[in-house]
Amino acid sequence: MFSLYARRRLINALNLTVSMLAMAFGLFWLAWILWTLLRQGLAGIDLQMLTQMTPPPGSQGGLLNAIAGSFMMTSIATLIGTPIGILAGVYLAEFGQKSWLASATRFVNDILLSAPSIVIGLFIYSVYVAHVHHFSGWAGSFALSIIVIPVVVRTTENMLKLVPNSLREAAAALGAPHWKVITLVTLRASRAGIITGLLLAVARITGETAPLLFTALNNQFWSSNMNAPMANLPVVIFQFAMSPYDDWHNLAWAGALLITFGVLALNIIARVMFRQKGTRG
Amino acid sequence: MTNYALPTQHATLEAQDAASEKLAVRNLNFHYGKFHALKNINLSIPGNRVTAFIGPSGCGKSTLLRTFNRMYELYPNQKADGEIVLDGENILDARQDLNRLRAKVGMVFQKPTPFPMSIFDNIAFGVRLYERLSTHEMNDRVEWALKKAALWNEVKDKLKQSGNSLSGGQQQRLCIARAIAVKPEVVLLDEPASALDPISTAHIEELIHELKEDYTIVIVTHNMQQAARVSDCTAYMYLGELIEFGNTDTIFTTPKQKATEDYITGKFG
Repeated sequence: MFSLYARRRLINALNLTVSMLAMAFGLFWLAWILWTLLRQGLAGIDLQMLTQMTPPPGSQGGLLNAIAGSFMMTSIATLIGTPIGILAGVYLAEFGQKSWLASATRFVNDILLSAPSIVIGLFIYSVYVAHVHHFSGWAGSFALSIIVIPVVVRTTENMLKLVPNSLREAAAALGAPHWKVITLVTLRASRAGIITGLLLAVARITGETAPLLFTALNNQFWSSNMNAPMANLPVVIFQFAMSPYDDWHNLAWAGALLITFGVLALNIIARVMFRQKGTRG
Repeated sequence: MTNYALPTQHATLEAQDAASEKLAVRNLNFHYGKFHALKNINLSIPGNRVTAFIGPSGCGKSTLLRTFNRMYELYPNQKADGEIVLDGENILDARQDLNRLRAKVGMVFQKPTPFPMSIFDNIAFGVRLYERLSTHEMNDRVEWALKKAALWNEVKDKLKQSGNSLSGGQQQRLCIARAIAVKPEVVLLDEPASALDPISTAHIEELIHELKEDYTIVIVTHNMQQAARVSDCTAYMYLGELIEFGNTDTIFTTPKQKATEDYITGKFG
């Protein structure tokens, strides 16, 4: 008896140690990345960064056009992707369920969810950019929206599935038609979860570089024309970091820091919102 | 049996006869896919009375209850055949408007199911589906329903709060208020007190007593004492069949069937 107990304790201690080591290993790199970012990037964060345009090599400047471009394209991508994603998620959870169409949609959605983002950039390049013969903010937004959609579809479906069937029955028992049960009760019950998914999708596309390389490209100057190439943080970081100029390097570090902490903030907001889900209506 | 001759027994039997028939179930069969869950049920449920369905788990009592508002239609592969006549209309008829039927036949479930909205909106939800009321009329209706469900005094100062903020027993009374706010004629209760503490259960049972003045009530319960306390008529079911149906007093004192007696005396079940 005792030896069995001692053996269990030993195995438990061993497994616990290995898990802790694995966690420490993962966190070590994450902390290193954040530390490097802070050390290199913090110097570049100032008012100039937020008010001036990207400079030519060898002169001073900021990231205003890139920040604005990223903001515009992310917003439009979210505006396009959200309704499509939520509607598709509602179909999967409330209507399709186990039908073959729903299963096929779910399968394709999963593929899209894990598709390399550069493939999505190339896809928009070939179906849109190549036909209109110029890079543009629209193209960038379309590429980003294709990344948003599967994330929103998946979270909407999952969150709706968490709504107990008894709630649907209760609404139906009052004589509510199906669409009212969905809009007034189930979507409402899963609102916090769906918004969380949306925030995570936004966090995901803010840092995407590959889909923008062949679509929005970049722009050295201020431009709010969605039909023209548009500056954006990830591509500016890519371009500046690859350059031989120190000024550009500093701006790239500052931009990387900005994106990382922006994404971190979105993630934290999403988590806090989701945690409040249980306590709110 | 000799007990039949007791005068009180006669009196209650006559009382049941005097009540008009509200729901008539005729040759009802129900299938979950290939499983034959209800076998040729015939039953007459009196108006303004409480009718209880009792029987061991899986005997079909909830299934029978859920045919009265065709709740089963939410799920594929569930099918009812036969007739259920409510006020002269066969509600199983394919032409029957489901939403209108459910406005007429309300239901309260085993677990409290407040909607994710305020207490006020929980009650107003169903009313808004059928009626356009002014703000004033709606306030009156919500107050009326909450008073009927004996919840008004506890929530009158927090109507804007989420329905989820209430205790389990209060949530269940909220669901009852929500069901009667649309002024149904029949109220179906599917084990309404099984998830509640004894005090809340007592509240709900009192409520059932008061509600039968205005509504026809059908209750499914696992608790035989509860059936004896609250109901006027009792149906004992077993394996999808209706074994015995009659006056609650008769069923609990002098059941005709041996199976009913065994179940009620706890020899089996």
